[in-house]
Amino acid sequence: MAENVKLAIIGGGPAGMAAAIAAREAGVGDIVILERDSELGGILNQCIHNGFGLHTFKEELTGPEYAARYIDRVLGLGIRYETGTMVLSVSENKEITTVSRARGLLVYKADAVILAMGCRERPRGALNIPGTRPQGIYTAGAAQKLVNCDGFIPGREVVILGSGDIGLIMARRMTLEGARVRLVAELMPYSGGLKRNIVQCLDDYGIPLKLSHTVVDIKGKKRLEGVTVAEVDGTGTPVPGTEEYVECDTLLLSCGLIPENELSLTAGVELNPVTNGPFVNDRLETNVPGVFACGNVLHVHDLVDFVSEEAGRAGVAAAKYLSGDGGEAGRILDIVPGAGVRYTVPSTVDAGRCDEAIHVRFRVRDVYRSCSVRVAAKDREIMVKKRRIIVPSEMEDVILKRSALEGVEGPITVEIVGV
Amino acid sequence: MIKNDNRFDVAVIGAGVIGCAVARELTRFTGSVLVLEREGDVCEGTSKANSAIIHGGFDAKPGTLKAKFNVLGNSMMDRISEELDVPFSRIGALVACLSEDDLPKLEELKARGEENGVEGLVILSREEALRLEPGLSDGVYAALFCPSSGIVCPFELTLGFAENAARNGADFRFSHEATAIRREGDGFEITAGGEEFFARAVVNCAGVFADRVRGTVAERDYRITPRRGEYMLLDKRAGNTVSHTVFGVPSKFGKGVLVTPTVHGNLMVGPTAEDIPDPEDTATTAAGLAKVRTMSALTVRGIPYKQVITSFAGLRAHGDAHDFVIREDAEIKGFFEAACIESPGLSSAPAIASHVAKMVKERLALSERADFDPIRRGIPKVASMSDADRARLIKERPEYGQIICRCETVSEGEILDAIRRPLGARTLDGVKRRTRAGMGRCQAGFCSPKVIAILSRELGVPYGEVKKNG
Repeated sequence: MAENVKLAIIGGGPAGMAAAIAAREAGVGDIVILERDSELGGILNQCIHNGFGLHTFKEELTGPEYAARYIDRVLGLGIRYETGTMVLSVSENKEITTVSRARGLLVYKADAVILAMGCRERPRGALNIPGTRPQGIYTAGAAQKLVNCDGFIPGREVVILGSGDIGLIMARRMTLEGARVRLVAELMPYSGGLKRNIVQCLDDYGIPLKLSHTVVDIKGKKRLEGVTVAEVDGTGTPVPGTEEYVECDTLLLSCGLIPENELSLTAGVELNPVTNGPFVNDRLETNVPGVFACGNVLHVHDLVDFVSEEAGRAGVAAAKYLSGDGGEAGRILDIVPGAGVRYTVPSTVDAGRCDEAIHVRFRVRDVYRSCSVRVAAKDREIMVKKRRIIVPSEMEDVILKRSALEGVEGPITVEIVGV
Repeated sequence: MIKNDNRFDVAVIGAGVIGCAVARELTRFTGSVLVLEREGDVCEGTSKANSAIIHGGFDAKPGTLKAKFNVLGNSMMDRISEELDVPFSRIGALVACLSEDDLPKLEELKARGEENGVEGLVILSREEALRLEPGLSDGVYAALFCPSSGIVCPFELTLGFAENAARNGADFRFSHEATAIRREGDGFEITAGGEEFFARAVVNCAGVFADRVRGTVAERDYRITPRRGEYMLLDKRAGNTVSHTVFGVPSKFGKGVLVTPTVHGNLMVGPTAEDIPDPEDTATTAAGLAKVRTMSALTVRGIPYKQVITSFAGLRAHGDAHDFVIREDAEIKGFFEAACIESPGLSSAPAIASHVAKMVKERLALSERADFDPIRRGIPKVASMSDADRARLIKERPEYGQIICRCETVSEGEILDAIRRPLGARTLDGVKRRTRAGMGRCQAGFCSPKVIAILSRELGVPYGEVKKNG
């Protein structure tokens, strides 16, 4: 007794909403957005700081404001959405099993699916930090939710491990809420967050960022009492003798985000072990025909603007798929990460029927200065772009022209040269 | 003058798996039962951090209490898990030896097991063992197979005993640490949590603190050394790395590092064995966790350590006589002990409890109750029920359709049930142990603010007073 739907979008955050809007504008009438939380907007709802929308709207919005722009369009276009709805599984033939308070158990049978579930934060256990397990240890995002949505300040003396963007934002937030942020420790020799966040969230408040440092011990039985911070060598191993005990009642973790693909696996979607997101082609379609992915479930983004842009493309691609406009597969070329590049999205492009311009997004392995991004096939160079500096914490984007792929023999390699 | 409310026939000290099992067995008989617990909940000590294995019983020396109660306890688990609605699965265990030289050790274990009354033990060649368990490492030479070994949820088992005891009338007092026990007339006066209690009999089930509890009323004729064991728990994606519990050949420090699926489908690896002075030191260490990795690789290959979701440590109450102490005190009649309960304590719990309760019954001349109800129903689990059952339940109780913990699919209905049922949860960890909310791969990142909100609302306390534990 499944309910039929043309396009089901799993997740009503920035990716899901932008995908839905683009699909509707491309002519898909029958859409449902399935959202587990009580309202649309996803993680934007707890991001009350500004800085969103500079690319999309050419103005600086807060997270809820940015979300509201999309929520208004979802409402304006009359796109159906179900909040408080948890998707339990997605089958390979696109049967989506959901539960909700309002509608109980409901199975949708979709013709196409867009995966837009976002990502989760890496927990303490995955970081293997030894010590006790007291109250006072939170992922930065959980603390952000408590402070910004629930009005609860989880502690007064704070150490932050990891310099991911949420950690940096929370360093500032906790400071503004009256807490003392002792330091931010980062395992790598470079920050995990955007440069502007280092400046605006740490430097402006005199919060020290200790690169090549980590937490090696946690003290406190019921409540956190302090952590031991130590320097690490080039392999990430703590250097004996560099330990420093820092009293604190709160430890926030901002040590990476993991695309949340458990549902994708139930649908038979193949994941890239580097991104933990699906392998997709230039239409953002996974190995399961008619199942698309976008946003942080595909790969972790730095800026929501790029999530929206990418999700819009997924929505258009899903609309094409539904209208049978996909056409026969043409000439498929692999796109592979070369020297200095960790991954690319997409990982294949159909040179025969792709869009005029193809976004290839990637991240680099290390900090590279005065280098070039080179895209090349076996027999020719497709493009070279000079860069003053390129860092792992900032997603890169090159745009390939369809015309440039004519006659190209695969695979296409994206690499960093001239280092 | 001790209040009438504080006068009981039997006082059980400690609400771990042993104390709760003893309390439940005692409620089969006439006579009032008090349980005193120093922490704010049941299952706060050794019972919450262990291997979660129901051992076959081949490891303990024949003739010991460990051997006797393990084999008996194992045989009782099918009925117990049925009565108390506790996940339990006889998946079987393999003890892997790494060279021909170690083969005699397997033979010794097999002979020991047979003498203890363990059935179905068989030594398998490498090829035979691999057919059963393809995940064994390249270094495994042969293995002892024990089909009766199983896995259980230790939280649910302890809660099952406790809730069933409470239902049958046992009175649980939390945050009541028994600090003094005095012989008084035909019974005992007990100071706990700033109150005075009287009981005609006392059962000491105080885990790593049992020797101290004994010391307040009698000569300390045994000593407990806390023996710390560190573990790592892996994502459910890694749960099928092995399908049996795989041990290395045991040493004097216990059964060595094991690799096992859990009843909930995760993979668990551990423990280490390290004697420590502090009976509250459950910190993990870099060295310990590294050792777990090294040791586990000897018996099982390809454990995906990138998928560790949490690590933890527990303490076993190692007694200096290397065996359980289960007795009525020779001098102080009415003072009973189930002490030095280290591995295989969880496996032995049902049998120890039954034995101790019968001794108490004799001493106090209690009789069987006709109205004892052995059945306890757990919280309905949306994650594991059929779609038809989900549909029916949510229709009746819509709060079971509101998923709070996305990783483990735990609904608001389950969390409310955990808080509202007898001996209900009062902390985040209490909710976690009862429902698995926060037990999954994000380790409560997403659900903890929601669970805090529910606890705050249900208990009528501000956010700041909602605790993680205790």
